[in-house]
Amino acid sequence: MTQLWDFTGGIHPPENKHQSTARPIRKAAMPDRLVLPLQQHIGEPAELVVAVGDRVLKGQKIADVTNGMGVPVHAPTSGVIEAIEQRPVPHPSGMADWCVVLKPDGEDQWCALSPIDDYKQLDREAVLQRIREAGISGMGGAGFPTDIKLRPPRDRKVDTLILNGAECEPYITADDMTMREQAAEVVAGLKVMAWILRPSRCVVGIEDNKPEAIAAMRKAVAGTQIEIAVVPTKYPSGGEKQLIQILTGQEVPSGGIPADIGVMCQNIGTAVAVGRAVFEGKPLISRVVTVTGEAVREPGNFEVLIGTPIHHLLETAGMAQERLDRLILGGPMMGYTLTTDSVPVVKTTNCVIAATAAELPAPPPEQPCIRCGQCAEACPMELLPQQLFWYSKAGEFEKAEHLNLFDCIECGACSYVCPSSIPLVQYYRFAKGEIRTQRAEQLKADRARERFEARQARLEREQQEKELRRKERAKAAAEAQAKKQAEAEMAAADGQASDDRAAKAALVQQALERKKAKTAADTKEQPVPSSTEVADDKPDIEALEKQLTQAEAKLNTMQGMLDEARSQQADNVEKLERAVAKNHDRVQRAQQALDQARKQVAEEPASSQ
Amino acid sequence: MALAQQSSPHARRARPTSRVMLWVILAALPGLLAQTLFFGWGNLINVVWCIALALGSEAAFLKLRGKPVAFFLRDNTAAVTGLLLGLSLPQFTPWWVSGIAVVSAIVVAKQLYGGLGSNPFNPAMVGYALALISFPVAMTTNWAEAATLWGGAPGFGETLAKIFTGGQTAVDGWTMATPLDEYKHKIASHTSVEVLGHPTFGNLIARGWEWVNLAFLAGGVLLIALRIITWHIPVAFLAGIAAMSLAFGSNADQYAPLQLHLLAGGTMLGAFFIATDPVSAATSHQGKLIYGAGIGVLVYLIRSWGNYPDAVAFSVLLMNFAVPFIDHYTPPRTYGHHKARRGVPGRSGG
Repeated sequence: MTQLWDFTGGIHPPENKHQSTARPIRKAAMPDRLVLPLQQHIGEPAELVVAVGDRVLKGQKIADVTNGMGVPVHAPTSGVIEAIEQRPVPHPSGMADWCVVLKPDGEDQWCALSPIDDYKQLDREAVLQRIREAGISGMGGAGFPTDIKLRPPRDRKVDTLILNGAECEPYITADDMTMREQAAEVVAGLKVMAWILRPSRCVVGIEDNKPEAIAAMRKAVAGTQIEIAVVPTKYPSGGEKQLIQILTGQEVPSGGIPADIGVMCQNIGTAVAVGRAVFEGKPLISRVVTVTGEAVREPGNFEVLIGTPIHHLLETAGMAQERLDRLILGGPMMGYTLTTDSVPVVKTTNCVIAATAAELPAPPPEQPCIRCGQCAEACPMELLPQQLFWYSKAGEFEKAEHLNLFDCIECGACSYVCPSSIPLVQYYRFAKGEIRTQRAEQLKADRARERFEARQARLEREQQEKELRRKERAKAAAEAQAKKQAEAEMAAADGQASDDRAAKAALVQQALERKKAKTAADTKEQPVPSSTEVADDKPDIEALEKQLTQAEAKLNTMQGMLDEARSQQADNVEKLERAVAKNHDRVQRAQQALDQARKQVAEEPASSQ
Repeated sequence: MALAQQSSPHARRARPTSRVMLWVILAALPGLLAQTLFFGWGNLINVVWCIALALGSEAAFLKLRGKPVAFFLRDNTAAVTGLLLGLSLPQFTPWWVSGIAVVSAIVVAKQLYGGLGSNPFNPAMVGYALALISFPVAMTTNWAEAATLWGGAPGFGETLAKIFTGGQTAVDGWTMATPLDEYKHKIASHTSVEVLGHPTFGNLIARGWEWVNLAFLAGGVLLIALRIITWHIPVAFLAGIAAMSLAFGSNADQYAPLQLHLLAGGTMLGAFFIATDPVSAATSHQGKLIYGAGIGVLVYLIRSWGNYPDAVAFSVLLMNFAVPFIDHYTPPRTYGHHKARRGVPGRSGG
């Protein structure tokens, strides 16, 4: 006998499972169109590998994920790709997403399959690759790619592999019926997963309200080391964390994954899919779905092709449209209502409930919380639901987080028992959403601030560097000038200066060079009025003309820079304006100097000779 | 086709607040029956009068506050407040004293704080304490003498007249001190045996009172069985009294013995029906244990060394003060966490 532990809290809602277990699993009829969403798993959406008008075979890959996490999508039957468009997909928001619409040709012709007889001859990696190529993602709800889940990190050895057959939600019987009718397939798939993971313990957890499934599974595991653990019926024993606690006595650390404590849970449907992928070579193109509720005349379980529209499935089960009030995808505790019955069955769809108004009546108006604590008694995570409710309602999210809001698994037990009819889970979803939004905004604001600060620092640094360069150049120029002057003085003192004019020309040349160096260094720098210094007694028209042209060229350049800066609204416009004004003055001065020099030359032609 | 849209869960247990409160009322009926059988019609008349006034003042104030009257009246919580006051008040309490107690319970302690679910203090006990402090004579001299309906209790008409017109006839023969009061005052000058020989105490523990307490105990056990209350508060309450009695009051010639503490006063009514008012009680299991034990200890302290013979009202109110503090430091350890996150965010705990 397997040792079992209990989890705190939990509820016993009416099971309502008998309605859908009276009939064996039936094959749903082929619909007119199959609608295949490109994203049925957690990760990146699959990219198309077919085009509109292509004929595809049953089992042929029609989309795959090449970058990032995800699994391919396959054609559930042979037919023609009719459209690739946005269609409503199963999602609580009722959103639309990209789907491939396949028109079956009625031939149901398989593509070439490559079954494996003895997978143990293969490399584990090859088997994992096959599981991925079969498009298998967790079929219990979240849709996490199975091959990735079967590759736990190196330091997280899986000691206990749990197959979750608890199926604790009311109404749903898909796993129950699968175990009853396909126990051998379930165990075959489980064995493949066990072979990949090499756990020391492999256990199937089944609630004690499924005696037929327990008997069938016991028979199927006879002679193996797989345990069948019969767990007491209590919602939510099939919650991953709760089932792990029941079967191992351990708790998954908050914020962690089961692999952190050496445990992994897999779903019954996933086990069947893995078995089919390996032994028959077939990809995941169909699954068992429970269709129940008082608005259908023949509730039961159906083997349904992925992509089958819900309305087609409901019609198969004998839909009484006039009685339908609420359409739920999933169970009555955690499922979500649909806005339209045209959404397709996807890899994670386990149940459709067509409920009448009498069956699942609209909740009575919310009353004030009387702090009765029934919610805390029911909470399987040992949270304080009423405090979380107060804080969520008051917008005190910090306090809600402090009381472990994010450990809430949204199982709905608290709302179920609440005598005041408070939609507690809805408040928690709201609070979680708000906190996530706040965090995202905080992150954005932090990034913007970092960017701004980095830019400020860069500008400052550049300014400093510029200043430093300017000072160095000014110093170098001053030194050079001092040296030249000293040389000139020395030359004059030695009486070697044979030609006054030559000496003066040399001076002019020096001044020009100095000016060139300085103006190039910084536009802010004071212009050196060299022209007046040089040309006061002996004008050199040629040099002055050159000077003027240079100054004009400089002015033009500065003007160009200014215009550009203005058009880009750069912050150095002001600086450039000043520089342009200075250059303008310089040009004028050069012009004046030249005019004066010309006049001088004209007045004293002889002296210049 | 317009499909109904709703957030999960879609299924609900059909046990609304109104039904929870109805169960509380039903569970208190054995106690009321015992009171009537052993002390006459007084409690029954009080209960009816208090419930009527509670509903009336609740309705009037809901209207003043602009709230839907019928919606809130249907939750039965005002009726429970009236019921609890009617069960706790002395049998011959004048109508206007119980009236003031009820109106202050509903209007001051409940509606002025924001109505159902928002009151920090137990409304019935606010009303009771207010009446006890304001009208000490009326609240201590109107306890009916233990006399069974079939053996000497005043008739219905006489009781009604006494309560509503204050008729003076034969009052001395009808009333007496409660057993706890009697013991407290006599033990100073008598031995335990002498005191217990007084007819007030009867042949068992305290004539009539023991049956009333046992009936409330039975009703309380029913509430626990129905999971309307948990065992934590009542058990901690009784354990608190017992522990104090065993530790400090084992000398019967000085202090009332334990059986009197448990079965002679308002103990069982207090433990199962009053202290368990969820709105003003602590939340977590650990918190409930501290809260209940605190009430038990205070009840014993006030009864033994205070001025009042019974003390459920004051003890409950004092512990109501402590509830936010208790709640901050007694959250349960959440699944997957090493320890509970005590205190307030940003402070101690982790």
